[in-house]
Amino acid sequence: MTMVIETQQDLVELTRRIRRHVVQMVYDAKSGHIGGSLSSTDLLSVLYAKHLRHDPGNPSWHERDRFIMSKGHCTPVQYALLAEFGYFPIQELSTFRKIGTRLQGHSVLGKPPGIDNSAGSLGMGLSFGLGLRLAQQLQELDESRVWVLMGDGEQNEGQVWEAAMSAAHHQAEGLVAIVDRNGIQNDDFTKATMNSEPLHEKYEAFGWTVLSDIDGHNLDEIDRAYDWARNQRGAPVCLIFDTIKGKGVSFMEHNPAFHGAPPSDEEFTLAMVELAE
Amino acid sequence: MATAEVHPLAATREAVGPTLIRLQKEGNNLVVVDADLGKSTSARKFRDEFPERFFSFGVAEQNMISAAAGFAAAGHTVFATTFAVFAEHAFDQLRMSVAQPQLNVKLVASHGGVSTGEDGASAQSIEDIGVFSSLPTFTVCTPADVVESEAIIEVATKTPGPFYVRTARPKTPVIYTDGAQFELGRAHMLRDGGDLTIVACGLLVERSLRAAEQLAKEGLEARVLNMSTIRPLDVAALEGAARDTGALVIAEEHLSYAGLGGMSAHALASVEPVPMEFVGVNRYGESGTWSEMLELMDLTPDGIVTAAHKVIDRK
Repeated sequence: MTMVIETQQDLVELTRRIRRHVVQMVYDAKSGHIGGSLSSTDLLSVLYAKHLRHDPGNPSWHERDRFIMSKGHCTPVQYALLAEFGYFPIQELSTFRKIGTRLQGHSVLGKPPGIDNSAGSLGMGLSFGLGLRLAQQLQELDESRVWVLMGDGEQNEGQVWEAAMSAAHHQAEGLVAIVDRNGIQNDDFTKATMNSEPLHEKYEAFGWTVLSDIDGHNLDEIDRAYDWARNQRGAPVCLIFDTIKGKGVSFMEHNPAFHGAPPSDEEFTLAMVELAE
Repeated sequence: MATAEVHPLAATREAVGPTLIRLQKEGNNLVVVDADLGKSTSARKFRDEFPERFFSFGVAEQNMISAAAGFAAAGHTVFATTFAVFAEHAFDQLRMSVAQPQLNVKLVASHGGVSTGEDGASAQSIEDIGVFSSLPTFTVCTPADVVESEAIIEVATKTPGPFYVRTARPKTPVIYTDGAQFELGRAHMLRDGGDLTIVACGLLVERSLRAAEQLAKEGLEARVLNMSTIRPLDVAALEGAARDTGALVIAEEHLSYAGLGGMSAHALASVEPVPMEFVGVNRYGESGTWSEMLELMDLTPDGIVTAAHKVIDRK
């Protein structure tokens, strides 16, 4: 079953359901990463609904766009989207992080089908996406694109900048880096832990075409940014979205406590009330 | 029976580029990625023939390995080339981007062992086989000569999944003058004997043959096994050698406890434990020629003969 998003209301509803799945999964598993899943829910919902060329009925379709989840701890949002789009039954989300599941805590390539990379150690996804994109170019897959989601904390990793340098060197047009700039990493705010700014200027200096200060929770702005990115030529594109960690649940928003901790029973109840229809 | 008599000299690394060119011409779907050492690894020759399939990643091994995994995920058989010590730079990338998803990346690293001599300890790779053998989905091989090097590159191309292949810098005698006998996962018996077995890999194979000749002059007959596949180890060949000869010397240009020595002892302990001695590296090196380094570390025919005497005394 492939979901059809026809109206703006359909899309808004999708993001609400995804957020509910995310909170439910992490609550059920008693572990997992809510904050960064919620900050990227709108980014990925628009991507999967309107921009990513994919076929849930044929996950290994060779000419598909590849979505690379570099911040591999944010699997809840990707699993929720894959389930909503029919890659596997929604009921399977309840197996997240449990023994025997296909839905491991961090991404495993091919498990379930639709997951196109392994992740968990940060900083590798952009390089992996670059290899994929250069292969697409070699194979003359002109319509295909590679979209890589990274966190802003992840920008601390040196390998990101090796990838940035080489993607520009190889003129990897069609490679789109999406930065979920929510301002919080594992222990604290990014500005306290390791300030990676100014990201826009850094990517630009490395030779990328950059768009920043995009509202990562405005579905229209996200939509326009992806449209723009798909059609850029000559260089890889970096989209830097300003987001809110924990977006959608008031007491999780901008709160470093909800990077990798599950909600309590009371917090879960409150969150689901806030995310109700 | 093979001997170590005077044969033409060639480096195992020299086979890499020409073999990849041939394999691509034969219709394989190769991509070669390089970290600014293509002249030394010989991979750059591939660029001259197939520039569109050769990608330079500069001096950035971590990025190169994850990108190699991306190429593999898109359907290519990817050869990643650098020096053995620099490949270790990308251990986590090999672990998560290659080993766990079992992608079709062949890491072919040159300058393994202490054969980078004069460059000193930082350039001498004495840990690589242990490091990459610790990745459970990797196949790990090291050729004994340039003929076997070509055979291993070809088998790696045709066998899905991650490979580590260690090649070496110096020109060394060709052993397989009549053609390669390489079979993945199988030791090749170069010489038979009943008094002990010398199990060797890489450039120590030729030295083991010379040691066997010395031993023969004393009336001791050594079986010599070329264990060019280190993972998966040919346990049956080890077990047979232990049963038939009752004593083993394991010879390698690598840390003994973390390499063929340690892995062979681990394999035999539960099936056919016999006295074993180890000829290998046990410390970091220093500057000197390759042969000086080998003397310093006792990785010589004489060193192997001494170990043979010790192990026979323990039978």
